Amino acid sequence: MSRSVVDNTVSSGNSSVAIPTDISGQILDLDEDDDLEVFSKDTSTTLTDGSSFNASMQTSPASMINQYKLEEDADTKDIFVTVDNPESHVTAIETYITYRVETKTTRSEFDSCEFEVRRRYQDFLWLKGRLEEAHPTLIVHPLPEKFVMKGMVERFNEDFIETRRRALHKFLNKIAEHPIFSSSEDFKIFLTAGTGELTSHKKQGPGFLSRMGETVKAVAAAVRGVRNRPQEFTDMQEYAEAFSQKISSLDKITQRIIREQKEYLEELKECGPTYTLWSQSEEELAEPLKNVAGCEDRCYKETEEQVKHLNDHLIPVLHEYVLCADTLKAVLRRRDNIQVVFEGKAEALATKAADRDADSKVLSLAWDSLVGRSPEEVKQQKQQKLKGEIKEMRDELDKAENRLEWANNALKSDWIRWQKVMRSDLRSAFIDTAERNVSYYEKCLAVWESFMQSQRTDAEGNGKVDSS
Amino acid sequence: MADSGSEDIAVIGNTDLTPSESENNLKNTMVEKGTNLLKMMEISVAEAEKRTGKNAVNMQETYTVYLIETRPVDAASEGTNPVPDSLWRRYSEFELLRNYLLVTYPFLVVPPLPEKRAEFVWHKLSADNMDPDFVERRRVGLENFLLRVASHPDLSSDNIFYSFLTEENGWKETVFETGFQAKADSRLKALNATFRVKNPDKRFAEMKHYGDELQSVISQLLRVRARAADRLYGVYKVHGNYGRVFSEWSAIEKEMGDGLQSAGHHMDAYAASVDDILEEEEHYADQLKEYLFYADALRAVCRKHELTQYELEMATMDLTSKKQQREELATGMIRTFSLKGMTSKLFGQETPEQREAKLKMLETQIEEGKEMVKERNAECEEFVKSAWVDIERFKEQKDHDLREALISYAIMQISMCKKGIQVWNNAKECFSKM
Repeated sequence: MSRSVVDNTVSSGNSSVAIPTDISGQILDLDEDDDLEVFSKDTSTTLTDGSSFNASMQTSPASMINQYKLEEDADTKDIFVTVDNPESHVTAIETYITYRVETKTTRSEFDSCEFEVRRRYQDFLWLKGRLEEAHPTLIVHPLPEKFVMKGMVERFNEDFIETRRRALHKFLNKIAEHPIFSSSEDFKIFLTAGTGELTSHKKQGPGFLSRMGETVKAVAAAVRGVRNRPQEFTDMQEYAEAFSQKISSLDKITQRIIREQKEYLEELKECGPTYTLWSQSEEELAEPLKNVAGCEDRCYKETEEQVKHLNDHLIPVLHEYVLCADTLKAVLRRRDNIQVVFEGKAEALATKAADRDADSKVLSLAWDSLVGRSPEEVKQQKQQKLKGEIKEMRDELDKAENRLEWANNALKSDWIRWQKVMRSDLRSAFIDTAERNVSYYEKCLAVWESFMQSQRTDAEGNGKVDSS
Repeated sequence: MADSGSEDIAVIGNTDLTPSESENNLKNTMVEKGTNLLKMMEISVAEAEKRTGKNAVNMQETYTVYLIETRPVDAASEGTNPVPDSLWRRYSEFELLRNYLLVTYPFLVVPPLPEKRAEFVWHKLSADNMDPDFVERRRVGLENFLLRVASHPDLSSDNIFYSFLTEENGWKETVFETGFQAKADSRLKALNATFRVKNPDKRFAEMKHYGDELQSVISQLLRVRARAADRLYGVYKVHGNYGRVFSEWSAIEKEMGDGLQSAGHHMDAYAASVDDILEEEEHYADQLKEYLFYADALRAVCRKHELTQYELEMATMDLTSKKQQREELATGMIRTFSLKGMTSKLFGQETPEQREAKLKMLETQIEEGKEMVKERNAECEEFVKSAWVDIERFKEQKDHDLREALISYAIMQISMCKKGIQVWNNAKECFSKM
């Protein structure tokens, strides 16, 4: 059984853990694939700029792609997650809902085969945030929204809870199916830790301030703007925009259909009773009229169920992908930011190097002679200092370049994966809808054909000619 | 041709007739009571056309005329296909014909005309009388009216009806000459009778009640169906948007493109299919409307019965009161109040001569009254008899027609479901290729 590579992102605040080489040995044992280069050795896990996202995904870009290949070949799912059984909890401060999250797995990094924990929406939010922090250019499946403002749905309305539960279930399953995310430590803890344990683990994450710092950086980077965005990412951007528009349109259209159907139902509701009312004044006609009334009532019920199905199955999927479209745009923005950081550093280094080569130390030399230092000495000192600075900057630049390359490749691979998943999801959803529509019409057809049948047997019974 | 012994040759369809020839025509082609006109000739309302002309107040108006075609049945079966005789009539002339029939045959349930103005419309249909769809449906309705009249055992043998079908000019004058308008009962008279009648035939009372219920329930049904049709239209048409968006979306996708594009076409087809569906719905609505208006005709017969019954009751009461007066005069006992009585009390008795004169007058009046009661009684009985026969006929016709209508409604639903199944199966196949 092939395994996905363990995510070495260290999610605790302890960011100076080096990757022990013995683990790499273990992993290499299990992998058949010789190309797989799991670890590159000279990158450290400590990041000097204090950023909280750990680019300590130590895999080289090439190996990333191989990971995806591995995952696709693995048809055997080795982890099953379900979200169910919502319960409400009342405390002095608030009321909230928890969901049961059950995990069944054969993965060896899990201590046992079955886990059952209770999680609330906040916990899911936390998990998503952690995954996004760790992998800024990977596409995390969206969570259901916090509040549904449109219908002013009350948070604890049954339908709302059920819709949310389904979405949360999908979310976790998407994470579990993702080659990188499913081996996230945070994910594992989410699935297995007791409530108290989770709370303390959450606290260990990078603090609020460092996250703020990151946001400020991101904004600054966005303002600066990326210079040389590779065409493929521009293409992705355009695609994301267009996709977002189309999927939003589909969402709106489907909602409109549901509205119209509901209004149709309002009118249809009166049909059956009207025929029944009529049958009460008739003698010969009473029976066929009552029959028609029955047919209309049955069709009404079928229509009601069909609308419900549309609402419960197609709408959530479309909605998810509306949110996905936003995620795509966010991921592209983050990638851009990483490139901006890199470009900034490259620029800074170039400037520093130019400084070093420049002769224009006239003013500073003048000052130095004023304070009594020999020009040669000062020059030497300065050169040494510059050299040091330049080396540091070069190291940083290398790191930034690696980070960028890694981010780009991660995004490219994940984009392909995402497209496949999107295609599969939407195809299933549309097929499902089409099937449901066929089934709806088939049921109504049966209803009216039974009416025809009854009229034929009546006609034959009365000795009249069969009129078809 | 029904030959009632005349030697003259009946010439059908030749409009250049001498008065005597046309007399013979009428005589010879007059259908015997019991057989109907349709066995003799084919009738159709083939076309409709717009005309403009000056109306009664000398203003320009646009109106529609309908082409009535008639053709002897034999001609078709002989293999020759002569050009049918035809003439143009407008809706108002149909109305005139029907009014004439209503007055002339008050004991019959006279077939109704299609509606004057489009009612129970849902948004797609225009309520405009000039709308081509409305005109077409009216054409069909008018044809239906003519066929109904022509197949009625009594109405089909009416001269005025026959000349409506065959004589373009001067028909209106002929109708007015019958003086039918004078025979029409005033509304007030009829209303009065309805309120005051004491002993109407139970069956007619029930029929009237049934007519009320039928009208009410069919109106409700038509309203409900119109609103439902409106909504259904919306549902189908919105699906057309799927077609558009799928098409746009397919442009940005590589592998999914084809599947999406072709699925989109099916969504367009689905959206378009509602037009045919709702056209068939209109046809069903028209069948219901006919009986909505028939309910009115039925109630008219019942009201006429009330009127004849009331007049009989009035005549009877009148006779009774006259008899009583005679009795009082003869015996001297005053049981009824009369001004004469009072004045005679106050101012003295009348002379025996005066009494004699009065008695004589009363006797005459009583005789006349007896005749009147006899007449009215006969009228009433005759009316009840004939009317009930026609009502029974109508009941059978109604049961048959409405059952057929329900069946055709079911067929329409079945067809709609089958179309839906086809479209969504096709769409599903396209989605599978996504």
